[in-house]
Amino acid sequence: MNTLPTVAFMRRLLRRQLLLALRSPVDVANPLIFFGMVIVLFPIGLGPDPVILARFAPGILWIVALLSSLLTSDALFRSDFDDGSLEQLLLSPQPLYLSVLSYVLAHWLITGLLLALMAPLFAIMLGLAVQAIAPLVASLALGTAVLSLVGCIGASLTVSLRRGGMLIALLVLPLYVPVLIFGSAAVQAAVDGFSVLPYLAILAAMLSLGIALAPFAIAAGLRIGIDA
Amino acid sequence: MWSFFHKLGSPPWLYSIAGTILRWLLPITLVVLVAGAVWGLLYTPPDFRQGNSYRIMYIHVPTAVVALAGYYVMAIAGAISLIWRMKMADVAMRAAAPIGAMLTFLALVTGAIWGKPTWGTWWEWDARITSMLVLFFLYLGVMVLYDAYDNKEAAGRACAVLSLVGTVNIPIIYKSVDWWYSLHQPASIKFTGESTIDSSMLYPLLLMIVAFYALYTCCLLMNMRTELLRREARTGWVRRLIVEEGKG
Repeated sequence: MNTLPTVAFMRRLLRRQLLLALRSPVDVANPLIFFGMVIVLFPIGLGPDPVILARFAPGILWIVALLSSLLTSDALFRSDFDDGSLEQLLLSPQPLYLSVLSYVLAHWLITGLLLALMAPLFAIMLGLAVQAIAPLVASLALGTAVLSLVGCIGASLTVSLRRGGMLIALLVLPLYVPVLIFGSAAVQAAVDGFSVLPYLAILAAMLSLGIALAPFAIAAGLRIGIDA
Repeated sequence: MWSFFHKLGSPPWLYSIAGTILRWLLPITLVVLVAGAVWGLLYTPPDFRQGNSYRIMYIHVPTAVVALAGYYVMAIAGAISLIWRMKMADVAMRAAAPIGAMLTFLALVTGAIWGKPTWGTWWEWDARITSMLVLFFLYLGVMVLYDAYDNKEAAGRACAVLSLVGTVNIPIIYKSVDWWYSLHQPASIKFTGESTIDSSMLYPLLLMIVAFYALYTCCLLMNMRTELLRREARTGWVRRLIVEEGKG
């Protein structure tokens, strides 16, 4: 039996993930609806004062995006674990590092990138300054990629456990802290009229480090999950 | 040399050697701990600005120092168990997590008790405090993950991976929280640097840090012995041990 070239295999894996997502559009829409719903809760909880909302907008948008990304990462490997295709992936001669990376890429495209593209709508509703909207999209696009990588580590470590949901939050949220700091700081800097580039550069550095290291942890986690 | 490593993999040997170390280390630890505490709490001069309230430093600083070092002990033990599949490293990692969480908690509580008379507030979102709190959650995450697995071998490996991920993250978390703090507000309160402390206060502090490291080692060994008994409850050597204990 001849094996596929690795790049072709990765492309197929990515295509499969995206197709699976497209076949159930509700699952794709869920985090976006959640994002919108939780944003609505803030004016209700904090009061509708536009000055207060605009002041908290960078933090609100970033925290809610982070929670949406967290909630979707739990289910990332679950169905493939249940139907055994994850086990086949581990047995296949393809490098697990790259296979895992295409899972992460699919997760980011479906949740992170869509959230980043949706965010301007809610940013305007919260009264975020106009010059901060482009930095918001850029920081969310970069930052959610890091969140996807870290979230996948949590998902891989809890894949064989029935009660994943709450557990993954406890495992992953402390690791989200640096991304939240620099992501919301980027938006805040844009509001205050400072340069955004240093923050984006740091987020990109975190992303590079994550791409280099996280797949090893995810692969190790999946192996443990299959063994358990 | 190698026989030492082979012996290290043997639960009865580890159990007995840990017992022998404890028999010597525990009394020494208690003496150093009492000496350091008495020296620090009674025989050091009061601080000219903080008065006597600074004395909690003799508990606070050692707990914080050892809590951080304890995470690395846990992560290194995890790495050893992951790479060489050494079961005793797994036992050490499991034993280190609750001690580390407890020390981090103590550091936070003593810090809050000190903060109230000195800063006028129990809690300040200062860089160090925030990263200690995150460290506390990292410890809890390891403990909860271990508990969630029914297969304890898989639990050990999953916790090892998690603690290694945490190790990469701790410096990043610390630096980013530090930067976040300095971005939002100027540092109005500075911790006393080690170099600016008078030697009459420094020496008891160093003694207390040594005592807490020794105390950590004792707790780790005791926890490891308990964990060994729990894991090996059905084996012959544990039964023999219990019979001998019963006779003695």
